[in-house]
Amino acid sequence: MRATATTLPERDSPVIAAKDVSLVFGTADGPVQALRDVTLSVGAGEFVSFIGPSGCGKTTFLRCVAALETPTSGTLTVNGMDPDAARRARAYGYVFQAAGLYPWRTIEGNVRLPLEIMNYPKAEQAERVARVLEMVELSGFARKYPWQLSGGMQQRASIARALAFDAPILLMDEPFGALDEIVRDRLNEELLRLWARTGKTTLFVTHSIPEAVYLSTRIVVMSPRPGRITDIIESPLPRERPLEIRDTPEFLAIAHRVREGLRAGHVEV
Amino acid sequence: MREKVLPVLTVVLGILALWYLAAIPMNVREALTAAERAGAVVEGGSATERQQLPALRLVLLNPALALEGAWTQDRPRLPAPHQVAAELWSSVAGQPPGSNRSLLRHAGITLGATLAGFAIGSLAGILLAVGIVHNRAMDLSVMPWAIISQTIPIVALAPMIVVVLNSVGVQGLLPKAVISAYLSFFPVAVGMVKGLRTPDPMQIDLMRTWNASRAQIFWLLRLPASVPYLFASLKVAVAAALVGTIVGELPIQRGGLGARMLAGSYYGQTTQIWAALVMAAVLAAALVWFMGFLERRTLRAMGVPA
Repeated sequence: MRATATTLPERDSPVIAAKDVSLVFGTADGPVQALRDVTLSVGAGEFVSFIGPSGCGKTTFLRCVAALETPTSGTLTVNGMDPDAARRARAYGYVFQAAGLYPWRTIEGNVRLPLEIMNYPKAEQAERVARVLEMVELSGFARKYPWQLSGGMQQRASIARALAFDAPILLMDEPFGALDEIVRDRLNEELLRLWARTGKTTLFVTHSIPEAVYLSTRIVVMSPRPGRITDIIESPLPRERPLEIRDTPEFLAIAHRVREGLRAGHVEV
Repeated sequence: MREKVLPVLTVVLGILALWYLAAIPMNVREALTAAERAGAVVEGGSATERQQLPALRLVLLNPALALEGAWTQDRPRLPAPHQVAAELWSSVAGQPPGSNRSLLRHAGITLGATLAGFAIGSLAGILLAVGIVHNRAMDLSVMPWAIISQTIPIVALAPMIVVVLNSVGVQGLLPKAVISAYLSFFPVAVGMVKGLRTPDPMQIDLMRTWNASRAQIFWLLRLPASVPYLFASLKVAVAAALVGTIVGELPIQRGGLGARMLAGSYYGQTTQIWAALVMAAVLAAALVWFMGFLERRTLRAMGVPA
């Protein structure tokens, strides 16, 4: 293990604070340690990527933050609350790898769904749906059904759905993993713009080194068996990032360090 | 349209041809007896000796007589299609609709009980499925019984249901509807359990991230996701409901296509049985078609590409 989170600078009232978070799944083949001693704190407005091979626990950690899993030990707070209280307070929007739009609802119907569940007044529902659809540039497609949209557009709709109720935190689990490279580049650019505009604290799980480096203010490198953090990299890149930044030496240097971190994690196994 | 009509027409013509052919050996004995009585010479020995010969052999021995009498008898073993059609026409159009001889009246009686039983059965099936999906105890306990209920022959059960309901004063349409519901709840329950469980874990997780209640998950996710499954099982259920009603009409004998068929078999009126049978098939086809129509309408309203 090269770096532990204890070397991190202390942040005032972090949005997400994990201390020695471990999670053991009981499976038919015996217990599997999905997370071991994960310590991390994320401040307001940060964009933190989690990168690592399959089974490194990056998704599991995100699910712990979302209270979809419960750590077996350690402490984890979200917005100062325990994760389940934060979930009930609707503190985050979650974007899965699959867009998961309801085929029987139009795009605006899908984006409206969380607002209906949260009992927003009708007029406000319409106003919010229009606003987030405009943000993801889908205004012209409000009345279309999901099957009438491309995969990239569907994923944008699912991001709009996660933004609709204006939770302060955005959790994204490989949202562009199933999309092709070109669409992915465009969506990465849009996501950065969206993040700059909304200032949401974002946790982003990915397999892709360029994606992680391009998007993040901080990159958490993880390795498997047991899932743990092997490196945390602060990005020196400016917040304003055109796609061409990926050819600069600074960018390549960070990408190199991420790759090294991933390799180190593998050697230990 | 033409691509549809041609294959259907071909199959229908094939069936009619087979039917006419089959009527020759089926009706040969009666045809020969009648011909003998009218004075014709019949090969194959006396009437008693002919009993020992296979029907096909008799046809080969007396081809002209067999053909002559195959499709025109008053009480054939197997009436020819045109005889069934004539009977159908005379009992539908040739009778006042209220008359006991009107096939329309009997079809109406059957249809009423079928719809009532189908409504009861589908509702019961949906409620069972909702219970099974939401309650672990029901999941483990109800399905085996539902499956066992379908292994009991309905013909054996129907008279008992009639007797039991009659002893508590329930008569008329309801006992038939209960038998019909007994057959139709099962496909709906099975289909709806499957349908309500189609949402994958990710979709349930998504609902959890919004802190949706169980009721909201049901109404907004599970129920709409189950609609295609619901209609598939409703089509099976409506046909099963018709069968249930007809079986129920056998012991009750207060009108209906089932009663008509049984009466026909009592009095050797095969043509009447076949006419009632065809009427039942038409009814079933119409009901299933109507379910398909509702399905298309509903799915189109739910945004499924046509």
